[in-house]
Amino acid sequence: MSLHLILFLAFGAVCVAGAINLLAQTHPINSALSLIVVMAALAGEYLLLGAEFVAAVQVIVYAGAIMVLFVFTIMLLNAGEEERTKGSRVAVLLGVPGMLLGSVLVAWVVLKHSGTGSVAIGALLGDPKTIGQLLFHDFLLPFEITSVLILIAIMGAVVLASKPQAVQKRRAH
Amino acid sequence: MQPTAQAVGEFRKSSKAPKGRKTENGDCTSLLNCFTADRKNMPLDTLTFVIVSVIKSGITLFILLTAVAYTVWLERKVVGHMQNRWGPTRVGPFGLLQPAADGIKFLFKEDLTPPHVYKPLFIAAPMMAVIFALTSISVIPIGNSFWIGDHPIPLQITDVNIGLLLILGVTSMGVYGVALAGWSSNNKYSLLGGLRASAQMVSYEISLGLSLVGVLIMAGSFSLREIVDSQAGHFWGFIPRWNIFHGQIIGFFCYLMAAYAETNRIPFDLPEAETELVAGYHTEYSAMKFAMFFMAEYANMITVACLATLLFFGGWHGPIFGPRALQVLLPVFWFIAKVFLFLFIYIWVRGTLPRFRYDQLMAFGWKFLLPLSLVNLMATAIAVAW
Amino acid sequence: MVPLSYYLVLSGILFSCGMVGFLIKRNIITIFMSIELMLNGVNLSFVAFAAHWHSLAGQVFVFFVMVVAAAEAAVGLAIIIAVYRTRETLNIDQVNLLKL
Repeated sequence: MSLHLILFLAFGAVCVAGAINLLAQTHPINSALSLIVVMAALAGEYLLLGAEFVAAVQVIVYAGAIMVLFVFTIMLLNAGEEERTKGSRVAVLLGVPGMLLGSVLVAWVVLKHSGTGSVAIGALLGDPKTIGQLLFHDFLLPFEITSVLILIAIMGAVVLASKPQAVQKRRAH
Repeated sequence: MQPTAQAVGEFRKSSKAPKGRKTENGDCTSLLNCFTADRKNMPLDTLTFVIVSVIKSGITLFILLTAVAYTVWLERKVVGHMQNRWGPTRVGPFGLLQPAADGIKFLFKEDLTPPHVYKPLFIAAPMMAVIFALTSISVIPIGNSFWIGDHPIPLQITDVNIGLLLILGVTSMGVYGVALAGWSSNNKYSLLGGLRASAQMVSYEISLGLSLVGVLIMAGSFSLREIVDSQAGHFWGFIPRWNIFHGQIIGFFCYLMAAYAETNRIPFDLPEAETELVAGYHTEYSAMKFAMFFMAEYANMITVACLATLLFFGGWHGPIFGPRALQVLLPVFWFIAKVFLFLFIYIWVRGTLPRFRYDQLMAFGWKFLLPLSLVNLMATAIAVAW
Repeated sequence: MVPLSYYLVLSGILFSCGMVGFLIKRNIITIFMSIELMLNGVNLSFVAFAAHWHSLAGQVFVFFVMVVAAAEAAVGLAIIIAVYRTRETLNIDQVNLLKL
């Protein structure tokens, strides 16, 4: 067993454990923390694949910004333990075996029908310079469109989160 | 892996070895590394590399924690003198043993856990804060590499391609320590402190990152060592080619202001404002857990000062003169002197400025600092493209 | 050397975990986090394919996925705050009326 495989399995085990913990926990803040663990372990997998810039961005953007937003919202709304309802029990009974079945099926198909292609450590270096050239040269139009998308998202978030007049009036009564 | 310069041969080894020995005089990093590598007397294979790295990490950790302790002492002393007081004087000469006394006090105090806290996170939060604060120091170089035989040993735990991004990532993870401490304490002051901290740190992180992009454009690399190397030399023979004299002065001030906000220091210390929030996110903490937050804050200050030195003030570049031993030690001395200067400015600002109001803080970050750093970025890009 | 299929299996497991979370969770915020988990699983397969085909386009695509995820998180959390303000609940079963 090579070091590469051992590292892959270690990070993968952390990923899967975090994902399952996300499902098992009832308090949203615990789920959020296990998702952060999944993201950090995924950054490790990206490093194994040679995508160092993607790994850094994964930590900065996903774990450091998006998840902070989630934790902030949980703190702001003081979200408590999740209530179990009838619908959720049915979903658990159907969903969890479904997930296991689906995972096993996907794993079986992929392992059976994939070629012997394997990925060496650092086979393809995604260093910042090459990625930047690709991003600002070949993918310039999608890049500019995503900036417009972000702008729209910012405005939408501001409009949605600011207090509407109707609610303020209802509170006053 | 460490590059092994096997092809260079014996004569290089004999000519460079004395240089490595000479550093034994005062620099304990090189002393211990010399010892390991000389005894093995072979190329840096995986095992040696691991051993050298572990030793370097241990020494860095020791130096960092000592520096943290004495930054606290320095702050109390300097602020004391600014406010016409003496500061600590009783323990040791000039109160120099005060950090040790504080440490012993923190260790032996009763470690209270209030009854209504959310225990797992209450315990994990200070650990997260201190771990992320200590991790970010690992990619900071404090001087040129020196040679042991054929092997260059950089004065840095590891030199990665994406060093600066790694620091930014680890710093952005540092928010969790503060935010979760505030939330898990189950106390309204702490919760307010935690909310303020997470909003403030996420907002100022953007300006912090953007203010550094100007430097990155000029250096063309994320590696801190290469950024410092790009600042070697002089303009017209006497002005050093540091980035701050190279058109990045606006970027530097943006960085400094954003960094003060990131480390929750005055004038941006709203998350722990004593007069309105009791102590913010660490109201409920005592003994060693409180000390961990304290250590994290000062370790972050040191990281910020190191980054300011490396990115804007030429790192270890400075006048080099004198005999060979002095020439080896001077870069490290310049680096430490510059870091000390920034720490002093930190304390000076604390002794001078009052605290912002929360809406002023947010308006300052979004309406002033962010546009300013964007303008700086655009100006740098246009100047470089010209 | 790790076979490409191992990475794909891992990303499949993460994706299905996210999907199940989306179905069984009743807290809106956790449901959103499940969506993020699915996106992360997809990202892993993008990076793995990029390494397999020796083309950096896969890694660039991950950035676009991240941008979409960030936009989605910003708008989604704003919607959650707005819903909480009117309904004072985060349970998705109780948010079943279209009028205020």
